[in-house]
Amino acid sequence: MTARWEHLDHGADIGVRGYGDSLEDAFVQAALAMSSVVTDLDKIAPGESIAVECCAPELDLLLLDWLNEIVYQMATRNMLFGAFDVRIDDQHLFAQLHGEVVDREKHRPAVEIKGATFTELKVYRAENGEWVAQCVIDV
Amino acid sequence: MKIDLFKQRDDTTWEIPASGQMRVPAIIYADRALIEAMDERVYQQITNVATLPGIVDFAYAMPDAHWGYGFPIGGVAAFDADEGGVISAGGVGFDISCGVRTLHTGLAADEVALAKEALADELYRRVPTGLGSTGSIHLGPREMDAMLGGGALWAVKQGYGLAEDLERTEEQGCMRGADPSQVSERARHRQRNEMGTLGSGNHYLEVQYVDRIYDERIAKFFKLRQGDVVVSIHCGSRGLGHQIGTEFLRLMATSASQHGIYLPDRELACAPIKSDIGQSYLGAMRAGINCALANRQIITHLTRQAFEAIIPGTQLHLLYDVSHNTCKLEPHSLEGRKRNLYVHRKGATRAFGPGHPELPSALREAGQPVLIGGSMGTCSYILAGTSESEQRAFSSACHGAGRAMSRRRAKRLWRGRQVIDELRQQGIIIRSPSLRGVAEEAPLAYKDVASVVDAADQAGLARKVARLRPLVCVKG
Repeated sequence: MTARWEHLDHGADIGVRGYGDSLEDAFVQAALAMSSVVTDLDKIAPGESIAVECCAPELDLLLLDWLNEIVYQMATRNMLFGAFDVRIDDQHLFAQLHGEVVDREKHRPAVEIKGATFTELKVYRAENGEWVAQCVIDV
Repeated sequence: MKIDLFKQRDDTTWEIPASGQMRVPAIIYADRALIEAMDERVYQQITNVATLPGIVDFAYAMPDAHWGYGFPIGGVAAFDADEGGVISAGGVGFDISCGVRTLHTGLAADEVALAKEALADELYRRVPTGLGSTGSIHLGPREMDAMLGGGALWAVKQGYGLAEDLERTEEQGCMRGADPSQVSERARHRQRNEMGTLGSGNHYLEVQYVDRIYDERIAKFFKLRQGDVVVSIHCGSRGLGHQIGTEFLRLMATSASQHGIYLPDRELACAPIKSDIGQSYLGAMRAGINCALANRQIITHLTRQAFEAIIPGTQLHLLYDVSHNTCKLEPHSLEGRKRNLYVHRKGATRAFGPGHPELPSALREAGQPVLIGGSMGTCSYILAGTSESEQRAFSSACHGAGRAMSRRRAKRLWRGRQVIDELRQQGIIIRSPSLRGVAEEAPLAYKDVASVVDAADQAGLARKVARLRPLVCVKG
């Protein structure tokens, strides 16, 4: 099994789903899926790193907070992130976001993300042991 | 959806009788074809809304209803604070007070024809558009508070626009009861560089012309004639509204059980109006409304500058400004009794009928202009509020087309360049920072707004007045 992500069809918006052998990998993949809603991942150079953390009593809320933290960092730093390091310790998530300032010529951002939502929000371990982390993103 | 799920009252009124946890019945206004094509999740979402505490009368869905977050997009629901009524962050949505304003230009379509390209370039240059664009207005903490408390009134005082714009904006351009102290540092931070920016997704600025008049009498009140050029601006409260939505959605979802509220869907996140969280949200959400009103006011100013640069002497007068993601305290009469209700309109436009005291005197006889945005390259419509709309759905109407397919599918079906070239052949000039964004917003990715508007007219929610065809579209 390999870590990977996919987009889910949603009427007005788009869903993100990350898979991984670990919870951390699934969270990283969900974040990659979200960045690729905006632009192609290979266009984002990992020049600058931002440290973030969040905390939530349940895993699905932790995913929601994680994705919304990235949305916040994207919006306020005017950056795009194409790589992530995540460590989850019980209810705490510690991460590094790697990316660069938006270059409209280079990245041609398709859409801006408003926030991650509770719709289709799920974090679970599939029968094959793989972790899955998903939700719908409002764009 | 299957027709037999409903009790059909007339051609456009489809009732879902109260059952299970529903406190009130629900009604969807649509014609048969729209109901049949409507997503089944609208049925589920509107019946979920009907379970919320303190809801009165009916839970309503407009003809353009589609799958939303908790509430369907196109959902209308009113709550009585004295009966344990709730306020819902999901029922307002992420883009607080997203809306449309339409401006007269005083120009005729043939006067603009030769200047179309130059106008498109100038508007695109002046109005910051899409992700990564920043406005030229940066607010410090004190100015941010003033903006959040003052809305378009604040913007006009800063020199962005004219005093006459205010009476043609809902709430006279300033939402009372806003509490800037309830707006978090994070929400303020997201707004720092975003004042006067259009955003992305389905937001746009269009130069359009009136290609058809349906109601001559009301069109006269609205000063609309065949061939007139107008400008429509569709956008909302930007990062500030999105952050308020994000924070309160989570807070309300996780605290609902403490208030004894059962949420059939966490996205219905709500709190009693008479609770600390309810009051905090109300204050923050109203500040978000002011942010949206100020934002559209600043973009109006930039639009006026662009016209002045290309067609000097052009005077742009505001026809009206509507918001379609709000919760507002309004008096409504139910069974002969006046009650003050918190009316949520999620993807629905307020549509006050003739004689309503909120309307400026020049429009009072006609009813409120109801501005319905099309999708890129398609027609938009101007309707007018009716007297019967008050009894129909707390004076509410539809808001737009709604997507017919996902962004993912649209991206696979079209290329941005091809969409732009095809629209150019139809005489429509597109300016956008992203070809992929254009492909995702392709005209055929949206439903036909004409059938939605016809159903709203037929159901008596609002009356058709005029149709607008695009000339230039600046797309986020």
